[in-house]
Amino acid sequence: MTQHIGSGTAGSPVERLDGQAKVTGNAPYAFEQLTEGAVYLHPVRAPVARGRVTELETAAAEAVEGVRAVLLPGQVERLDTRDRELAVLQSREIAFRGQYVGAVLATTPENARYAASLVRVSCAEAPPDVALDSERADLYAPEVVNPSFETDTEQGDTDSALEEAAYSIDRTYRTPMEHNNPMEPHATVAYWDGGQLSLYDSTQGAHSVCDTLAPLFGLPADRVRVQAPHVGGGFGSKGMPHANVVLAALAARSVPETPVKFAVTRQQMFTVAGHRTPTIQRVRLGATRSGELTAIVHDVVEHTSRIKEFAEQTAVPTRNMYRAANRRTTHRLAALDVPVPSWMRAPGECPGMFALESAVDEMARECGQDPVDFRIRNEPSEDPETGLPFSSHNLAGCLRHGAERFGWYDRNASARSSPDAAGWVPGVGVAASTYPVLRSPGSRALVLAEGSGRYRVSIGAVDIGTGARTALTQIAADALDTEVSAIDLRIADTALPYASVAGGSSGTTSWGTAIHEAAGELRAEHGSAPPPGASAEGETTSNPESDRFAMHAHGAQFAEVRVHADTGEVRVPRMLGVFAVGQVINPRTARSQFLGGMTMGLSMALHEETVLDHTLGHVVNQDLAEYHIATNADVGSIEITWLDEQDPHVNPMGSKGIGEIGIVGTAAAVANAVQHATGARVRQLPITPDKLIS
Amino acid sequence: MERPVTLHVDGTVRKVSVDTRTTLLDGLRERLAVTAPKKGCDHGQCGACTVLLDGRRVLACLILAVTCDRSEVTTADGLGDSGSPHPVQRALLEHDGLQCGYCTPGQACSAVGMLDEAKAGWPSAVSGDLRQNVELTEEEIRERMSGNLCRCGAYPNIVAALREAIR
Amino acid sequence: MIPFEYRRAEDTDSAVTAVAADPRAVFLAGGTNLVDHLKLGITAPDELVDVTDLPLDAIEDTPEGGLRIGATVRNSDLAASPPVRERYRALSLALLSGASGQLRNRATTGGNLLQRTRCPYFQEITTPCNKRSPGTGCSALHGHNKNHAVLGASDSCVATHPSDMAVAMAALDGTVHVRSDRGERTIPVTELHRLPGEQPHRDTVLERGELITAVDLPPLPTGTYTAYRKVRERASYAFALVSVAAVLRVDNGVIDDVRLAFGGLAHKPWRAETVEERLRGATPAESTFREAAEAELSAARALADNAFKIPLARNTLGAVLRDLTTEAAR
Repeated sequence: MTQHIGSGTAGSPVERLDGQAKVTGNAPYAFEQLTEGAVYLHPVRAPVARGRVTELETAAAEAVEGVRAVLLPGQVERLDTRDRELAVLQSREIAFRGQYVGAVLATTPENARYAASLVRVSCAEAPPDVALDSERADLYAPEVVNPSFETDTEQGDTDSALEEAAYSIDRTYRTPMEHNNPMEPHATVAYWDGGQLSLYDSTQGAHSVCDTLAPLFGLPADRVRVQAPHVGGGFGSKGMPHANVVLAALAARSVPETPVKFAVTRQQMFTVAGHRTPTIQRVRLGATRSGELTAIVHDVVEHTSRIKEFAEQTAVPTRNMYRAANRRTTHRLAALDVPVPSWMRAPGECPGMFALESAVDEMARECGQDPVDFRIRNEPSEDPETGLPFSSHNLAGCLRHGAERFGWYDRNASARSSPDAAGWVPGVGVAASTYPVLRSPGSRALVLAEGSGRYRVSIGAVDIGTGARTALTQIAADALDTEVSAIDLRIADTALPYASVAGGSSGTTSWGTAIHEAAGELRAEHGSAPPPGASAEGETTSNPESDRFAMHAHGAQFAEVRVHADTGEVRVPRMLGVFAVGQVINPRTARSQFLGGMTMGLSMALHEETVLDHTLGHVVNQDLAEYHIATNADVGSIEITWLDEQDPHVNPMGSKGIGEIGIVGTAAAVANAVQHATGARVRQLPITPDKLIS
Repeated sequence: MERPVTLHVDGTVRKVSVDTRTTLLDGLRERLAVTAPKKGCDHGQCGACTVLLDGRRVLACLILAVTCDRSEVTTADGLGDSGSPHPVQRALLEHDGLQCGYCTPGQACSAVGMLDEAKAGWPSAVSGDLRQNVELTEEEIRERMSGNLCRCGAYPNIVAALREAIR
Repeated sequence: MIPFEYRRAEDTDSAVTAVAADPRAVFLAGGTNLVDHLKLGITAPDELVDVTDLPLDAIEDTPEGGLRIGATVRNSDLAASPPVRERYRALSLALLSGASGQLRNRATTGGNLLQRTRCPYFQEITTPCNKRSPGTGCSALHGHNKNHAVLGASDSCVATHPSDMAVAMAALDGTVHVRSDRGERTIPVTELHRLPGEQPHRDTVLERGELITAVDLPPLPTGTYTAYRKVRERASYAFALVSVAAVLRVDNGVIDDVRLAFGGLAHKPWRAETVEERLRGATPAESTFREAAEAELSAARALADNAFKIPLARNTLGAVLRDLTTEAAR
């Protein structure tokens, strides 16, 4: 393929280009746009989890000062969609508690909220069904799992292999429903002017929002413009537009030439912004006397909503993580009266690897082997599913390097230690990480020579905090053989060339490749000193190498915990992540991505759990006081390092995605460490004191 | 019910009419277009709206604007001197103590307030002997900054930045 | 949030008169709980009487050698004040374990005592809740009740009181001073909060219009040690699963004064009187602590999700007493 970029600015720790604007609060986010003359939207929400709206009384709301409009189901523009999550106010059916059943527009946020509270909603109510259980009779096999993986796979004869295995385990692991909760709640400012819809949106993909909304409103894509200059995190929840964006656009229709501002409240984030499905995962492993895996079975049960299917690919990483001649993976769903699940950081890999990496730890113990050595022993030499060679594969390298750096072999190998004077019991654990190298074809970039050695580089990509703005500038500078300061990067606007969504850790690959191609075009046509006004486009196509190679990033995570003998509190004073992710474009921002992934993994291990009330059907802990994410005090020292991995097959930069691999395996490393400290194996996340108290 | 309120925001006198229901946060963001403080939860559970009110760090989402007449409000935009960031902000940049940036203005204000509290000798929940003066160890910084959630997970970088800012 | 009037009270008399005159008026202090509830629609007053300017912000020694804490003293100032740090360590620790630095900078002594429950059903106004809407039922009783009460609850309400400060003040035998247009009275902190019984909408014994003006702490004899230990699901910025405030004095190897209160277990700070009785005069020993705790907790009734609180309370109490007796023996 194309030459590997190793020199130049790629690989140097350029300071975040939008950093100063962000630390001073001057970087504008979606809700901070078009404030002049704007009206505020506050939604009316379904007070039951299943049923039908029979009546909406709006007189009191309409009488509130400054109310400009009250939107009701069936009384708004018909939307052209079969996507029932996005069919906002198109019917009176209620599919989950908190679903939008109306909205109020008013000139102040106080009056919009007050008026919305005065809309009386009457419902015909049916008892909701929200409890996931692996014995449900209505479990079904989806056609594919996200995005388009086979639902089930089978190789060899797992039943016989398990029966004949010298060692075998059969364990069930559970992960709870979880919510992305980016710090910036989803927000939209929508504005209709004639037949043109303009949106400032808090999204991971400006073009995705445009491509979804335009047909909904029967518009050509060029009549919808979406901008997302700064986005306060997403972690998947902003990967596809949800009902809130549609509601804002619908509402703006009723007040032409007036910006409509709609910020989802934190409470609403628990119903309209997507979530990670709970999982029930049964893992069976068989191994020979010498500790070689012979059978791997991973059966997953998860939920989806009644109105829209999202089937998380939880068992997919199990298909190529370890060598074993006999393997089976399955996914089954229950469609419940729950909000619509969606992407959350490393969908599939994240919950799936908690189960697999916990089970592998249990199996290593069963075989009397060191968990690091056991993993290395079972490393596959080619993709076990397809037989393709790996473009690069350094799991063993990560494990070895990490073990040495962490002091792994110095630990007391037997489980359970004695508490120190303050009652804390120490333990250490390890787990592996993996994430595929994904690429979304179709991203385009435009490079324009501005003279005096300066270039304008345009691509509609969005920086949700990943550092894409900085990394893409570096890639452009390298491809144009110039300095970062010579690049004027324009992003986050559908007026710019098409860019795929910031998801699947595919941003740098998808967008960087387009920039690289455009720069190559420009230089091929105009040489190294293009005249001002010269320009070239580049497009990211699918990678022909992916037919010849399996492409994955890998990592090893080590965690040190302390568990309090009296209270069951768990602290994680130290973690180490070692990754093999090809060329790192910007070590400073990349390190932050790994840190962030591991921190979210730690948070998943110890804190995060969305609770549904089985009678009322609502999310019980729908705020940040009750849905715990890790605080500063929960996070100790986290060391990040990566191997020098050369992979010429993945893309022109030689880089693999880094946004998600950091969260994969962390929770298992913590759970494995808790087991090492206490002897207690917690198979249900999060590992809260109630699960360890005796 | 609208009421006139005078605020000193980042060194500028701002007269504004607010609803008695308007929070300081909405008053700043929606009525004065001062958008450095962010709305992350609106219920005192995340810290993104942290500002310095008469020199103390507080959560602007749980304070009614009408109660702040004649008060001095410093947001992240007003921490530094005429265009150059405050040393805490400079350290956050150097240590990449931010990613999406949404919690960052609140982190910066909180850190400045926290450093003043420590300078005044205030203990924290991890201070051990409460009679001794505190030294801002990493553990102390983590505890004192725990009212500012960061979903991107920049905590270790924030702690490193503040360690440097103290020096 | 319904529209409301706002008035800033300049003296205590006018504050209590204003609230007495308007049945839908309430006092506003730091606002960290009230403003939250206004937004959630839990409460809908038509007038807020701001008491933060009242001259109730002093921390003063009492003639008996105790401490008088004004009702509008901010939690952070109270936690940092030298007499509290030196003489009432448990109170300082309790305050510092609560909320965050920003919230402590606003929250007041009086407001913190009147903090309402964090029961998530109480907080979500579309669900039945006897505390918020009397007679509608208790959603937590058969719902998600991991953080709920195991002591003193009723079928009407299983909520817990969320304050850390109040737990310490209960163990320290604090007294609350209250003022209304009808005059003044004092109430022991241990009697300020109620058990839910049939009337869970009443958190405290305060009558409408009564304003907390101060809390008195009695002096502690020389050689007394105090502690506060909070167990929660995060290392910081989270409400207690269980907390323990302890006051202990050991003389000649025998416990001669012990006062203990639990947080997170009941609708009020729970003075562990059974433990106190059993330990007074006893020789400190791990097994004695455990037996005393078990006696206290034999009255505990677990709900579906909160049985863990019983062993957790026992263990936490044991750990706190172990640490304090070790400290006292030094």
